[in-house]
Amino acid sequence: MIRLEALTKTYRSAQGDVTAVDEISFEVEAGQTCVLLGPSGCGKTTTLRMINRLVVPTSGKVFIGGVDTDTMNPVALRRTIGYVIQQIGLFPNMTVGENIGVVPRLLGWSAERIRKRSQELLAMLALDPAQFYDRYPGELSGGQAQRVGVARALAADPPVLLMDEPFGALDPVNREVIQDEFLRMQQSLRKTVLFVSHDIDEAVKMADRIAIFQSGRLAQYAPPDAMLAQPANEFVASFVGSDRTLKRLRRIRVAEVMTAADGAVDTRELGVRPSDDLRRVAALFLETAAESLPCIDGDGHIVGRITRTAVASRLGAQLRK
Amino acid sequence: MRRHDVVVVKRARTPRRSLMPYAVLATIAVAIAVALVASGLWTDMLRYRKDVVYLIKQHLMLVGISGSLAIVSGIAAGVWLSRPWMARYAEGTIQVVNMATSVPTLAKLALMMSLLGIGALPAIVALWIATLLPIIRNTYAGIRAVPAEMVDAAQGMGMGPHDILRRVELPNALFVMLAGVRTAMAVNVGTAPIAFLIGGGGLGELIFTGIDLQEPAMMLAGAIPTALLAVAVDFLFGQAQYWLVPRGVNPLRNA
Repeated sequence: MIRLEALTKTYRSAQGDVTAVDEISFEVEAGQTCVLLGPSGCGKTTTLRMINRLVVPTSGKVFIGGVDTDTMNPVALRRTIGYVIQQIGLFPNMTVGENIGVVPRLLGWSAERIRKRSQELLAMLALDPAQFYDRYPGELSGGQAQRVGVARALAADPPVLLMDEPFGALDPVNREVIQDEFLRMQQSLRKTVLFVSHDIDEAVKMADRIAIFQSGRLAQYAPPDAMLAQPANEFVASFVGSDRTLKRLRRIRVAEVMTAADGAVDTRELGVRPSDDLRRVAALFLETAAESLPCIDGDGHIVGRITRTAVASRLGAQLRK
Repeated sequence: MRRHDVVVVKRARTPRRSLMPYAVLATIAVAIAVALVASGLWTDMLRYRKDVVYLIKQHLMLVGISGSLAIVSGIAAGVWLSRPWMARYAEGTIQVVNMATSVPTLAKLALMMSLLGIGALPAIVALWIATLLPIIRNTYAGIRAVPAEMVDAAQGMGMGPHDILRRVELPNALFVMLAGVRTAMAVNVGTAPIAFLIGGGGLGELIFTGIDLQEPAMMLAGAIPTALLAVAVDFLFGQAQYWLVPRGVNPLRNA
């Protein structure tokens, strides 16, 4: 869906040329979320901004849906790409409804269609349209403003979404909530998302693939679990942290590791759900001496067991590859 | 109601604008009017009725032409200076504008007289320049104060330069711009009476002649309409600031 080919940006400065982004190539499949991760100044934001041509590449190509974006009018291109930045990006002179309607208006939709779409999006983002449609951004909390930012990016239903540290200004609790909401929405919307973050936990949570940047170069491009299991180099290993095995737990579901139930069940035993991630299993293994836990579905039926050995081999298997 | 009952009036979320300044002004006006009538000056002043009507027309023409020219050209120049391609020259130009603003208006009138002679034209040009400068400065400063992230978001969403100016930059700068217009127009109506000194006519004719002849009634026949005009113009642009600036970025309506 989105393919970057040797994308490079060089800035001229008094000290000579500085290469901010150095021959970045990767491809994001349709419907996937790719998180561009790295410390500040690593070129991740510049890379994002070259995709909607807010920054003109020095060399290299960006293809969206197979089309070379060099051949498109930048303004027309941007109208087909949702763009979310930190909350300052809302226009304070416009109401929430007008903010969401910006791109549809540029595209010439009728007022009635814009209003319907805005209200539909507000409802989707858990904001009551009757209450929020006519408010101004100054009257919103940080979390509400960020939801409106996401709604605005989705307004014209673009296939691609670029998000530049969209939840960076939120407090940890609100950030978790809006991340969860976004993941839930993304399950049905299946947008192709490029998401800039400097937070490894956020990346592990949100990404289908992580592109980790090291001073302008792509250090590793892999699914979160693979990156955590096998960091490509020292830099990636230190960036993901020494607790990287713990971080992997979030992305592995009980259903992936459980084995068939062996029949005998002690009803007093603590159980987990197949849809839980391994963090809950690990917590129970640490709190108790149990060698295995029953997996119980929503109706209370035992559908399998998860054992310490199975978890260990799942987490270790990738290392031995 | 018992003696200790307290009635609590809950204030609306948006406080109403204070009418205090207008009440004070009205009181002063009434006091002056009473004093004028009591002292008999009012009857003397009525003798200048025809002159006043004629000179008010002239005066309004000076203010109206120079003011509207200044608003149009000042906003245009401020917007032009704020464009990216002007970035290299803008700060320097604003420095020059600042220096020119510090030249006293009386000196500007004198300079115009030496360039354009006497009459209404040099008066209008001098008033235009004096009014123009604060408008340029505030338009430029207002647009420059729009956060870069906001313009970036607008660009990233596919707004063209024209859309960004019209729908993001101008609405967000409007409050500061209108503050500039209001100040500039105060300077304009305040200076207009002096236009008489270079043959521009207007109510200054009654004021200055009244002073020279030690004729208080004549002087007041010019001074009172001038003062009323200043108050009216200030009120007008105050209202413009209140109603034209979008509520989301209007400090007067978000208090």
